[in-house]
Amino acid sequence: MATTTMTMAKALNEGLRRALEKDKKVLLMGEDIGKLGGVFRITDGLQKDFGEDRVIDAPLAESAIVGTAVGLAIRGYRTVCEMQFDGFVYPAFDQIVSQVAKLRKRSDGAYTMGLVIRLPFQGGIGAIEHHSESPEAYFAQTGGLRVVSCSTPNDAYWMIQQAIEHDDPIIFCEPKSRYWEKGEVDLDQAPHGLFETVVRREGSDVTVIGYGSTLKTILRAADTAATEGVSIEVIDARSISPLDLDPMVRSVEKTGRFVTVHEAPHMASIGSEIVAELTQRCFYSLRAPGIRVSGYHVPYPPTRIEEDYRPTVDRVLDAVDRVMGFEN
Amino acid sequence: MIDEELVQLLSPEGERVEHPEYQSTLSGDEIFGLYRDMAIIRRLCNESTSLQRQGQLALWAPIQGQEAAQIGAGRAMAPTDFSFPTYREHGIAWCRGIPPENMLRLFRAVSNGGWDPQKYRHSVPTIVLGNQALHAVGYAMGIQRDGAEEAAITFFGDGASSQGDTLEAFVWAASFNAPIVFFCQNNQWGISTPSSLQSKVPLYRRAEGFGFPGVRVDGNDVLAVYEVTKRALESARVGGGPTLIEAYTYRMGAHTTSDDPTRYRIDAEVEVWKHRDPVERVKALLAREYEIKSSAFDEVGAEADVMALKLREDVLAMSRPDPITMFDNAYATEHPLVEEGRREMIELGISAGSH
Ligand SMILES: Cc1ncc(C[n+]2csc(CCOP(=O)(O)OP(=O)(O)O)c2C)c(N)n1
Ligand SMILES: [Mg+2]
Repeated sequence: MATTTMTMAKALNEGLRRALEKDKKVLLMGEDIGKLGGVFRITDGLQKDFGEDRVIDAPLAESAIVGTAVGLAIRGYRTVCEMQFDGFVYPAFDQIVSQVAKLRKRSDGAYTMGLVIRLPFQGGIGAIEHHSESPEAYFAQTGGLRVVSCSTPNDAYWMIQQAIEHDDPIIFCEPKSRYWEKGEVDLDQAPHGLFETVVRREGSDVTVIGYGSTLKTILRAADTAATEGVSIEVIDARSISPLDLDPMVRSVEKTGRFVTVHEAPHMASIGSEIVAELTQRCFYSLRAPGIRVSGYHVPYPPTRIEEDYRPTVDRVLDAVDRVMGFEN
Repeated sequence: MIDEELVQLLSPEGERVEHPEYQSTLSGDEIFGLYRDMAIIRRLCNESTSLQRQGQLALWAPIQGQEAAQIGAGRAMAPTDFSFPTYREHGIAWCRGIPPENMLRLFRAVSNGGWDPQKYRHSVPTIVLGNQALHAVGYAMGIQRDGAEEAAITFFGDGASSQGDTLEAFVWAASFNAPIVFFCQNNQWGISTPSSLQSKVPLYRRAEGFGFPGVRVDGNDVLAVYEVTKRALESARVGGGPTLIEAYTYRMGAHTTSDDPTRYRIDAEVEVWKHRDPVERVKALLAREYEIKSSAFDEVGAEADVMALKLREDVLAMSRPDPITMFDNAYATEHPLVEEGRREMIELGISAGSH
């Protein structure tokens, strides 16, 4: 087993490189992704090695990046579109929701929208406005799209390749605050399927479910809770749409309590969906209602105070205390 | 002259240039005023860059090289006009009378705006490329309906000229003959993307296809920018409709302090533009034609140093907002989810001092 240590940014870069090598129909398109290698350097060196025809520096228009990726898909190409930041995907929202999501249906299956929209999402990097948002629920609400998120370098490496190979359009959410964190990457064997939810840490008292940036926060909370005698089972959803509910159900049937954690506000959120599904499916095992830890129902704040908006270890632990203390 | 389509009234050496349509109307004192504006905003911009380097700002978007474009346009505006900027219009903000420290609130990440846009008639910064162009057109449609003799002006870059919003704004402005000036600073780059990728024709010529005039002005010539913008605004105010101004200039610095331009552009290009410096050329004119002594320039330098020091002090004194303020102004009236969040934060005991 060949494993090597790398950052999530490098793992994505290597994953994209492998996809470009494997399939000539794979293209990358985005703003500043060529010479500059992208503002996060995820595509560093790829234009040099694969040429300007395959790694395309786009004029500045997200709607056009996604709209032309649709045409390229019709022509048999698989385009990986890079949105520079979460907050800049909205000019492309119409193309994503009205076309990318619906063209297979409209063409009675004649068209395959095998494209990937890479979205550096969530906050935590002290940026200015529009650079820290969590728009995943907008996309999860749309039939025709799939939404996934990686939380480790190994997942980043494999999930980006699996997403590119997949025949449905995929919104690929990358937790930008974790780009520079290192982890082991197994270059031979994908750890899981693209739409599989995994247990990151076993526990018996409370199940805590997150994705992307919040995984690390949850794992830290689990460490702290353990010192206080509370055993947390940590679940990485990985797939946001569809949700892989079975592993969550198994966990909650065991623990009887659960908390969801994401940076997006909780109104009509992925957390809301998980709470609804688990309440329905695990009703007789539940010892407390599921609680959502989330961002607040306000525009993402100036980042000097973003750590009071994003779920912190303390807020996760507070929610854990609440479900632990619930008596009926 | 860089090319014959360009309106230029002052050569890079600071020599007057004749133009068939535009003449400078400014007195020596007024030109000195423009010089002062440019010298001060350059100094403040450099101070901001060092504040960022010292960890006092999250980010800074420098305007070095674009001072003439911004000061020329900013001073051409009437107090009653209204402008819609991007994140880079510090020179315009200066002309609108916005205190420099307010411009830095966004970049210190303590605010998403920084000033009262209604008070200064200068909207809050728009970061999403092109969005503000449509707001400016809508504002201009309001002016029209009020029968006011005012104009709106919007600023955007060569990169943003590719966005749908910008081009839709052109259509609307033309359709309704809106009193608006589209002021595009073509600084040759949108981060690493050269302006040649955004447009295969000179940008100002796009206007013709939308049905209104376009002008390319030497964006490093403050006299030309001033006259061209003034005329476009005057025309808009009296029913002449939109104008697109392409201020042909150069981003001397990095896109922002996060950017590394050595990855995508060559030094030789920057060297060429150094000789077209907007501040130096007006200084040369003032020295030669108006016999302004070097001591007068030095006084401006000293004044700018004092302002830079004050800016630094003001920025350092800008403390972290109380987190509870994130619940303010999300809505005009009470909203249960906002109140729930506010309550939760209070229960968690979070306050300005908690980090
Ligand atoms: C819709 C959107 N996409 C991407 C970005 C990221 N971005 C910020 S500035 C910039 C380049 C803009 O270039 P230009 O319009 O020429 O303005 P300049 O920065 O040169 O002043 C990009 C791509 C953004 N702010 N908004
Ligand atoms: Mg530009």
